[in-house]
Amino acid sequence: MADQLLYFTELLGMPVFDIKGRRIGRVKDAALVPLVHPSRIDRLLVGGGETWLTVRYDQVRSVALGYGISLSDEQLVPYHDDEYMLRIGRDLFDQQIIDVTGRKVVRVNDLTMEIERAEARDSINVIEVDVGLRSIIRRLFQGVAPARWIRKLQSPIPPSSIRWQFCNVVEPDPQRRLRLNISYSGLENMHPADLADIVEDLGPAEREAIFETIDSEAAADALSEVDPKMQASILEALEPEKAADIVEEMSPDEAAGALSELEDETAEEILDEMDSADMTDVRELLEFADNTAGGMMNTEYISLHENASVMDALSALRGNEDLLENLNTLFLVDADGKLAASVPLARLFLAAGEARLKDLASETLIQVAVDEREDRVTETFDKYNLLTLPVIDEEGKLVGTITADDVISALRDK
Amino acid sequence: MPKILSRYRYQLAMFLAVLGPGFITAVVDNDAGGIIIYSNAGAEFGYLPLWTLIPITLLLIITQEMCSRMGAVTGKGLSDLIREEFGLRMTFLMMALLLVVNLTNVMSEFAGIAASTEVFHVSRYISVPICAAVVWFLVVKGDYQKVEKIFLFACVLYISYFISGFLVKPDWKEAIIYSVKPKLMLDDEYIYMLLGMIGTTIAPWMQFYLQAAIVEKGIAVKEYAASRIEVIFGCILTDVVAFFIIVACAGAIWSVHPHEINSAEDAAQALKPFGQYASLLFSAGLFNASFFAASILPLSTAYSVCEGMGLEAGVNRRFREAPIFYLLYGGLIVLGGGLVLLPHFPLIKIMLFSQVLNAVLLSLVLVFMLLLVNKHDLMGEWVNPQWFNWISWVAVVMIIGLTLAYVGITLRRT
Repeated sequence: MADQLLYFTELLGMPVFDIKGRRIGRVKDAALVPLVHPSRIDRLLVGGGETWLTVRYDQVRSVALGYGISLSDEQLVPYHDDEYMLRIGRDLFDQQIIDVTGRKVVRVNDLTMEIERAEARDSINVIEVDVGLRSIIRRLFQGVAPARWIRKLQSPIPPSSIRWQFCNVVEPDPQRRLRLNISYSGLENMHPADLADIVEDLGPAEREAIFETIDSEAAADALSEVDPKMQASILEALEPEKAADIVEEMSPDEAAGALSELEDETAEEILDEMDSADMTDVRELLEFADNTAGGMMNTEYISLHENASVMDALSALRGNEDLLENLNTLFLVDADGKLAASVPLARLFLAAGEARLKDLASETLIQVAVDEREDRVTETFDKYNLLTLPVIDEEGKLVGTITADDVISALRDK
Repeated sequence: MPKILSRYRYQLAMFLAVLGPGFITAVVDNDAGGIIIYSNAGAEFGYLPLWTLIPITLLLIITQEMCSRMGAVTGKGLSDLIREEFGLRMTFLMMALLLVVNLTNVMSEFAGIAASTEVFHVSRYISVPICAAVVWFLVVKGDYQKVEKIFLFACVLYISYFISGFLVKPDWKEAIIYSVKPKLMLDDEYIYMLLGMIGTTIAPWMQFYLQAAIVEKGIAVKEYAASRIEVIFGCILTDVVAFFIIVACAGAIWSVHPHEINSAEDAAQALKPFGQYASLLFSAGLFNASFFAASILPLSTAYSVCEGMGLEAGVNRRFREAPIFYLLYGGLIVLGGGLVLLPHFPLIKIMLFSQVLNAVLLSLVLVFMLLLVNKHDLMGEWVNPQWFNWISWVAVVMIIGLTLAYVGITLRRT
């Protein structure tokens, strides 16, 4: 089994022999053509004379560590760069890639490959990307010590590798991304907080590439988790339409938070591209100063008339399914929109369908004015052990809610 | 009108937000080695070395400007860039050198702690281990951010040099003349001192630290103009302090009896207008500078090395996740602090020596930086202006020339 394994550092510099057994040069690099096959080494680039030659995978007869590569075909063409090739030595070595399962950004030290032996020919498949100390040793001694020695030397160190299918190459150029068949759809299923961490580890161009390609909803979720300053620089780098698509998917308070970090013109440009309903919500929030209840609050909540029943509440919930994940309180308002009471969601389970919500309400109504200072809001949360706090305007009308996660973010930013 | 106001607020907020990396770097610049080098320059050679300050400031501005520009444009640290563009072996070599040189720098910071506390009759066997432990916990437990402001504030202690610089009644005419009149001597001690001055002012580790800090803060190209002003301001401030240290030492020590500085009490003579408080002021300043740098330097080194080698790094990781990082960080502190405790350890000598090593390494770092910052596919329109390149290459040649001259002179004498 061990004989089947081949590290890319070992492939580099391997002698290549033609049909008659004459040495024609050494391997200088190898390339995948991801559109054709995701992991098979499609071409070997061989250098000996003045120009490099390209060896296709079906021109290789055998590959053996300690001996070299024998070819089965004479017809070699000179190397010329083509956009569909992912050259391992040039494009992968020492570069950052995303480890989708480990949810982090790593730097490629080496590749572990497998020699697949068939009757007519051997082919090489990439199986793992190597990171960590073990592969550093291989890189350091590559070419200066015999491969077998290097294998012995590195063997006591535990390996640290990522399976090739879970690796995502980061390519800022959209054209090349298509040609190399790179997609970031795997990132969309990641937890937004993990994706945010990954994005923070990358450079601006790579960051932009990811936000450009993944769907707006995943992008919005991830962007909400990114540091506010970085949010601004990402939004700034994107086309206004794309930025608007992402901002629309964010909750209004997060969106307002991100836009308030931008320069006024850029924020306006993005707002102009947004749906009018989302835009109005965000615009209203942008009016409030950052460190007040208004700046912290969210305008996504469920409010019902004060005479509504539990049945009414259930149908209201059905109509707002996207809010359910983080919802824990319903609000009752009178005919003028003034806040009358708050109802903890869990009490609905124990009540009969025709029961009136008013009777299920919390005994005391705790609320804050929209211009209340941030530290007072925090204090209120702590004092009354709240999860959600309603915010009212000067006339007592309900305008938004602050949730515990808003308070935690505010405290963490200090 | 509110629009203009908000725009102005935005600009101000931007400036304040980036008021940080450049300024902190500038302050850390005058660390233990710096204070001793400048004191020694003034005490041994009087006003002669003052001319170097203008070219050194220019080179400092250019170097730090290049670093912060690279950080803002690429969003990557210096060792990341070296790795991506020059491969693993080159990075390994660079990191190994950086590690060795920075170890001597850490030693010099702990030597500064030892020398300054011994003025207060606190044995180094007590002060160094305690300070090493405090540094470890401050940084690892994440309280460093809070303490940083105290360090920065304590730097007003440098003002005592300004006052003393006037009170010792130096020969201002000579000081002004020698500030602009270059003086080269083929004297090994003079060359050693010149190298030390370059090395302490433009320390290689600071370039890694500054670029990482710019990246960490997420400063984008757009806001970069504010950063640039801060960097330039910081550099000038650094060298104004250096100027006054040299002048005070020339006026107080050299004019009486020119000699090499052997102890903290010796160097404290520069502040003798403060009478009995002179050594107290000096030691407090030296202690603050040493402790400040000792908190940053080991951490910055461990980060740079791990980043370049693609290993996990960060104080928010557990030991199991980032073993090499913690080994490097701990190793630098323990070894750096431990070696200073060896009996008869020449505190002042190692401080001078580490700064000379800095200068030698700087020439190499500068070469890497110049190659990187002129790469069009990396920097785009932000590549270096030609005159930056000219000055930097001249500096590289000068440093190498000075190093060779020093080695040559010492070899001929033995």
